[in-house]
Amino acid sequence: MAWRDSRSSRRRLLLFSISITLGIAALVSISSFRHSLSRAIDDQARGLIGADLVIESTRPFRPEDEELLHSLGEPQAREIRFATMASFPKSNGTRLTSVRALGGGFPFYGPMETVPAAAAREFRQGAQAIVEESLLLQFHAEVGDPIKIGESQFTIAGALKKMPGEASAAGSFAPRVYIPLQDLAATNLLKIGSIARYRAYVKFPENTDVESRIEMLGPQIKRLGLEFDTVAKRKRDLGTSLENLYRFLNLIGFISLLLGAVGVASAIQAHLQQKTRTGAILRCLGMSAAGTVLVYLVQTAAMGLFGAGFGAVLGVAMQRVFPRILMSFLPLAISTSIAWRPIVAGIFTGFSICILFALPPLLRFRRLSPLRVFRAAMEVESAPRGRDPVLWAVYALIVAGITGFSISQTDTLKHGLAFAAALFLAVGIFAGVAKLLIIGIRKFFPHGRSFVLRQGLANLYRPNNRTLLLTLSLGLGTFLLLNLYLTREVLLAQFSSVGTKNQPNIFFFDIQPDQKAGVAELVRASGMPVIQEAPIVTMRLAEVKGRRTTEILLDSQRKTPEWELEREYRTTYREQLTDTEKISAGHWIGRVDYHPDDKVPISLDADIAKDLGTKIGDELIFDVQGVPIKTTVASTRTVDWKRFQTNFFVLFPAGVLENAPTFHVLVSRVETPADSAKLQNAIVARFPNVSAIDLTSVIQTVDSILGKVALVIRVMSLFTVGAGLIVLASTIWSGRYQRLQESILLRTLGASRLQIWKILCAEYFLLGLFASLTGIVLAVGASWGLAKFVFKLGYAPSLWPLFVAAGAVSLLTVAVGLIASRGVGSAPPLEILRAEAE
Amino acid sequence: MSTLSILDVQHLTKTYDTGAGKLTVLKDISFTLPAGSTCSILGPSGSGKTTLLGLCAGLDRPTSGSVLLNGITLGEEGEDERARIRNEHVGFVFQNFQLIPTLTALENVTVPMELRGDRGARQLGLDLLRRVGLAERVDHYPAQLSGGEQQRVALARAFINRPKVLFADEPTGNLDAETSSSVIEIMLELNRSAGTALVLVTHDSDVANLTERTVRLRNGEMV
Repeated sequence: MAWRDSRSSRRRLLLFSISITLGIAALVSISSFRHSLSRAIDDQARGLIGADLVIESTRPFRPEDEELLHSLGEPQAREIRFATMASFPKSNGTRLTSVRALGGGFPFYGPMETVPAAAAREFRQGAQAIVEESLLLQFHAEVGDPIKIGESQFTIAGALKKMPGEASAAGSFAPRVYIPLQDLAATNLLKIGSIARYRAYVKFPENTDVESRIEMLGPQIKRLGLEFDTVAKRKRDLGTSLENLYRFLNLIGFISLLLGAVGVASAIQAHLQQKTRTGAILRCLGMSAAGTVLVYLVQTAAMGLFGAGFGAVLGVAMQRVFPRILMSFLPLAISTSIAWRPIVAGIFTGFSICILFALPPLLRFRRLSPLRVFRAAMEVESAPRGRDPVLWAVYALIVAGITGFSISQTDTLKHGLAFAAALFLAVGIFAGVAKLLIIGIRKFFPHGRSFVLRQGLANLYRPNNRTLLLTLSLGLGTFLLLNLYLTREVLLAQFSSVGTKNQPNIFFFDIQPDQKAGVAELVRASGMPVIQEAPIVTMRLAEVKGRRTTEILLDSQRKTPEWELEREYRTTYREQLTDTEKISAGHWIGRVDYHPDDKVPISLDADIAKDLGTKIGDELIFDVQGVPIKTTVASTRTVDWKRFQTNFFVLFPAGVLENAPTFHVLVSRVETPADSAKLQNAIVARFPNVSAIDLTSVIQTVDSILGKVALVIRVMSLFTVGAGLIVLASTIWSGRYQRLQESILLRTLGASRLQIWKILCAEYFLLGLFASLTGIVLAVGASWGLAKFVFKLGYAPSLWPLFVAAGAVSLLTVAVGLIASRGVGSAPPLEILRAEAE
Repeated sequence: MSTLSILDVQHLTKTYDTGAGKLTVLKDISFTLPAGSTCSILGPSGSGKTTLLGLCAGLDRPTSGSVLLNGITLGEEGEDERARIRNEHVGFVFQNFQLIPTLTALENVTVPMELRGDRGARQLGLDLLRRVGLAERVDHYPAQLSGGEQQRVALARAFINRPKVLFADEPTGNLDAETSSSVIEIMLELNRSAGTALVLVTHDSDVANLTERTVRLRNGEMV
């Protein structure tokens, strides 16, 4: 019966089923991608760090460190990496780079990919460098050209394509340049106090049980104050971050599926409305209520299965998209293949959601009275309301299903519940806005306006309207895309606004004490101001309130984050506070007359002080490059970290660190990129060890990284928008019969085709406009909330994206609406006199 | 054409192309209708009554022959022009009422005037609904009205443009006897008071007897 009954509506049912297709495609493609990723991580595990063990230090390895390293056996490789300026004599360009001086046969696992391939091996012989491909492109440099690093000149042996375990985005801020370790000294760049990281790469013999070996070594390495990385650790970290990404993308995909499911429910409702007479006739002829529902449940199930199956096929095809857009963030190569588990899971999820959402209208259908057969065909079926326990059970099941899925896709129960609650809240807000809209239109109806406009507006609140559904689907899509855009704008605005208000926009660092005056003089001679100068002394935290940091680190109950105990603090000393600092507790002491073993009154950033669990008067001991210095917390400060200038977690008074190994930072402002390049070239030419960070290039890099991240989310949001548009099309299609009747009637009564089209245009435009405005208002609210409470930044969104969003969504709605309504305006009016059959 | 005729039908033939070949549903139909008169088209199912009504009202074009409505040859006009002519000169009443379900009773009544851009339709619509006894139901949707009430709304809509001709297709086909006679009564009363000619398609010879003239059809031909 279900099959025979569907004869007249198979095409329409197929269209409805497409509503869930994009949602399923999103879920299947993401799950398949995760599957491929997990496989790639397993297959290429050893290549994740290129060795079995990496030991790292921020200072040169001491004899006791070397002793440990020696005990680990061969082969080993060493690397010293630091940031410095590289210059390209041919194009006269300079740029901050991450120089890696490499000695030994690293990587032991996975290849160092270069062009030409042989360069990865040959550069180690000396006087040659491997340079990040993007850097070569930026300065139009080629293999064979010179590159100057510090006081040495190298020949470019090849372009770096990939290093095991590193994503290409790793070189975004400071592109990588590999030089032979034996040539490092000649560059004359590393001085006492210079910031560098020293690494030892270890490869264990073939049959070593790496896990247990490292388990034994771990405490020993920690005790020496060294950091280490292993394949298992990297795999775990990578797995965690990729799992988070997967879950995030999957939740967005789930939203698309939910939208599609709501669309299916709405389409089923419209379908059943048109089947009222058939249903009533079947009831009259003796079919049971359950039997009638079953006829349409079977049709829905077939529809769900088709939509889910088609979605799965699309998802499998689309999984290839993710490796492409995530390529620069992934440290490994991914090959995609067909995995059945995600496909089956996707089809099952989509099918279940489809049935679940279609159940409420189907269950209402079982209450259809056989008397309906005697009622007029064009009568509007109003959904019976009441206390139907089965219906409420289905609603409860829908809520439970959504909550359950959310919990399964987040790392904690709390997050899952929060996501589900946010989802219900968003739906509630959109529904509330749609309801308010309907009430508002009725209350403030523009009676004096043209018939076309009034007709279009009135269609938004008339019986059987789809205003709520379409506000939800179109509005949610607008909300997701716009929120993403506005948040990205907020993040970028913090840089650009600072750069335009006569604020500093270029930093020079690694300036040695004897170069300080020379650099400042050169800056002034170039016509640029010296806005700020600060000496930097690097140190580590050795003790907090009498407890050694190594001991605290081993404490499982500790609340202080690991990085705050392990990090290298770059500290300054001065007599005055700057305008970005404000004392929040205690008193600032700007100068002391220091004698060894005195306790130095320091000032801590308020957040760090809180994390360390310290208050005014508490004692901290810093290890200043081998010399312990006792301090007491004399004050805490709030620091405006958003300001682009030198800010510090720890501040010493003048009179203590003057003789410690120091380098200086100088802050200036350049007006144009050309001035910046000129100044950087002049400084590097005279002081090769001095490095520069130009705010403009930082903004460009941040923009490019945010752009890449945003692209991933945008692709997922497009699923939502796409699902919204399909829901729009199928909703319009589902109301097409009624539209056609109305349109024919209007034409019979004398309406021209143009008038019919104008009414349709007005309705769809207003629908798109109201839905997008709802999305825009919520996106502005959400991005404001993110800016204020998460990023703690100012909020001043530009208006044009809002107008563009409103215009684009409205026009898109009109376009989709008109396509789905084609034929409505030109149906021959004589049809009205013919049978008013289904 | 008689100077007094509002509808002049001459040698009207309508043929449809079907998959099985050509199907002639009307053959050489001719009649005239004076202004303000009443006429019924009577015949069994499939005799071509509805097709004839549609051609007379300009809802379709004849294969051959002509229809002059108020002196305008309908077959020569394009669809939009015929829509304008219908809007200005013609009123319709249908068996299944054909009200727009998403519009209230008053909104349904005023549609023809609204389509012309006439803003003064509301008061006229209210007057007409009062005349058909629905003054209390102006804001109700069709689904909230009985069959007889819906047909009275359709009548009010048909007369809002003060049409020259009212075409009614089985207007009482879906109504009980009592409601049917009241609807016919209202139609005839409006015909008399407004001078609107009435063309009525019906199966019912009793209803046909109430009109001044009857066109009988059988297998597409006048008998």
